[in-house]
Amino acid sequence: MFEKLQERLEATFKKIRGHGKLTEDNIKDSLREVRIALLEADVNYKVAKDFLERVKEKAIGGEVLTSITPGQLFVRIVYDELCELLGKVNKPLDVSGSPPVSVMLVGLQGSGKTTTAGKLAIFLKKKGRRPLLVPSDVYRPAAIEQLTKIGSQINMPVFSSKGFDDPLKICVEAKAYAMKNGLDTLIVDTAGRLHIDEEMIQELIDQKRYLNPKETLLVLDAMTGQDAVNIAKTFDEKLNVDGIVLTKLDGDTRGGAAISIKAVTGKPIKFIGVGEKLDTLEPFHPERMASRILGMGDVISLVEKAQDIFDEKKARELEKKLRKDEFTLEDFRDQIKQMKKLGSIESILSMVPGFNKFKGMINFSEAEKEIKKIEAIINSMTPKERLYPHIIDGSRRLRISKGSGTKVQDVNELLRRYLETKKMIKKFAKGGMKGFPKELMMR
Amino acid sequence: MGIFDKIKNGLTRTREQILTRIEWAVKGRAIDESAFDEVEEALLLSDAGIEITEILVRALKDRWKRGQINSVDDIKRGLAEEVEKILRTVESPLDVTGNTPFVILTLGVNGAGKTTTIAKLAKLYKDMGKTVLFGACDTFRAAAIEQIEVWAKRLDIDVIKQKEGSDPAAVAYDATRAAHARGIDVLILDTAGRLHTKSNLMEEMKKIKRVTGKELQGAPHETLLVVDATNGQNAIVQTKTFNDALGVTGMVITKLDGTAKGGFILPIARSLKIPIRFVGVGEQFDDLIPFRAQEFSKALF
Repeated sequence: MFEKLQERLEATFKKIRGHGKLTEDNIKDSLREVRIALLEADVNYKVAKDFLERVKEKAIGGEVLTSITPGQLFVRIVYDELCELLGKVNKPLDVSGSPPVSVMLVGLQGSGKTTTAGKLAIFLKKKGRRPLLVPSDVYRPAAIEQLTKIGSQINMPVFSSKGFDDPLKICVEAKAYAMKNGLDTLIVDTAGRLHIDEEMIQELIDQKRYLNPKETLLVLDAMTGQDAVNIAKTFDEKLNVDGIVLTKLDGDTRGGAAISIKAVTGKPIKFIGVGEKLDTLEPFHPERMASRILGMGDVISLVEKAQDIFDEKKARELEKKLRKDEFTLEDFRDQIKQMKKLGSIESILSMVPGFNKFKGMINFSEAEKEIKKIEAIINSMTPKERLYPHIIDGSRRLRISKGSGTKVQDVNELLRRYLETKKMIKKFAKGGMKGFPKELMMR
Repeated sequence: MGIFDKIKNGLTRTREQILTRIEWAVKGRAIDESAFDEVEEALLLSDAGIEITEILVRALKDRWKRGQINSVDDIKRGLAEEVEKILRTVESPLDVTGNTPFVILTLGVNGAGKTTTIAKLAKLYKDMGKTVLFGACDTFRAAAIEQIEVWAKRLDIDVIKQKEGSDPAAVAYDATRAAHARGIDVLILDTAGRLHTKSNLMEEMKKIKRVTGKELQGAPHETLLVVDATNGQNAIVQTKTFNDALGVTGMVITKLDGTAKGGFILPIARSLKIPIRFVGVGEQFDDLIPFRAQEFSKALF
């Protein structure tokens, strides 16, 4: 659903990758790109501005850990901020209390309230509730028929609101009906209205006052643009909504409205609508959404994993060694071991954004075999050989190849590459070494 | 109330916002760069999108550098002129007189306001003394047929329909035939809302179009896309996708009576040049008004 925004951010992070440190200067372009991406995704202008300020503040001078690149760090900061904005955890629907409990759906015309009502009924039934659908849109032609038909499609009771012309009256009667029939949750669908239509909003206030709903949910079209902030803010001010349902996320909208409404109301997004079938109401998971917006969710877990596995102390020792040109085959093996803890090459690489495009171009089983071979060769060396590879002469090579089940050429190749790497390290040793060992392993 | 007042009324909030912003920004001092930041912000907040915003701001700055902008009024006038220049290319009223029946096929995403727009259109043509017929091709959504029937009853118009769940193309075929046989002036086909990303639903739409054209050469004479002004940048994608698949010949922008500004029509006008036929500015029958670039631009700024 957020593919386009993902692509944009990926592009900016590609630019930042490779820089040594996050500075005001080198994140400027990335910030600008993120701004464009956010605006194109319909994140409200002001919300985007605030968001970028915070990201900038956190990013500049951020500690770059040995095992991650500055680019990854930047991703992490943007992701954290996005999570913060979207709300840390999914807030489930609260229908506790003495029955009948009410859930009220409000929103603009065409936002998807009636369809959401049907979806919610199915959701609640699965949770063991006994919902009653209450159509109270007496204005739009055939709105009551619509919910009534949905109810019969999903085999759910619907209060027969036909003949009423007062939404409040419908609520009163429906509540009585629910009590009489042992139905514990009222799902009240209301007429769509503009947030600035005082008279119509007052009608909702009256309905709410009577129902005293446990949840008042604002239903909002995910395609909504800049105006999402005005809509959400006004509805929230007048009706004190408890949460938001974001609909039509199955299209290709970038869905920046999700960020905007969260920022201005602080109210949780409780569900997302992702299809026309009535069982396609999904709980909202902020982390997933943030990850999805960034297309970087798995990089986050990769970074976390790397932080867990790569021992800081060891990393520092290694760095020292590298600087002193003491990088031995023993260290080389250590690195392979640590990397292997992260998972297979394929699984590591598939956590990298944009990698999927290259899938199929790389033969993973071959690469895995290659690494295994290298490990076997190093394992067949004596500790002395690992520390002082220059002593490995012809007969030692033959022994090692036999011990590891490889060819002498393989051993030669490894030693050649080792020496090459060492030469390269020497060259780089004077410059910034951070993050280098990992990249060494990835080549 | 005149047409201009109506649009203006619908866009008052937008207008005020942009005016006050710029006025406030340059209060008591000469126009400088910062005034254009406010223009940028106002345009972005109207959903115009980054590209067109940058183009417009650049154009205004050029005027300023040439010494043509010295006051807030100059900025407003300049902006209105630039916007009008873009919108004039898509000002082209819908003429339904060439063919009998003139077939209008409506389309749009769910909740854009198709059915309400259809009712308003029908009223418009009835008031012009034309005979109108509806084809209820939204056989998918629950009670969509009932919804258009209610409107038809209020307007005293016939509806060609089948059962819910039946083939919408078959309804379109029947309706076209009936309109032809009865010598109806305007046939309006209502279709199910569909997200432009659902390829099967787009195929269904193509079929409706094909079938209509088979029964009556040249039909549909207008493929009318209805877009909700509340939408953001996705409106552009919607329009592009519908246009690529079905050849959109006209657009209606609905719900301009809220606080949404519908600024996305600028990039659409610029890149796709699809005529904007009407704008919807309220819930009353006569709240569907022909789109006029000058009025819209003036009302907007």
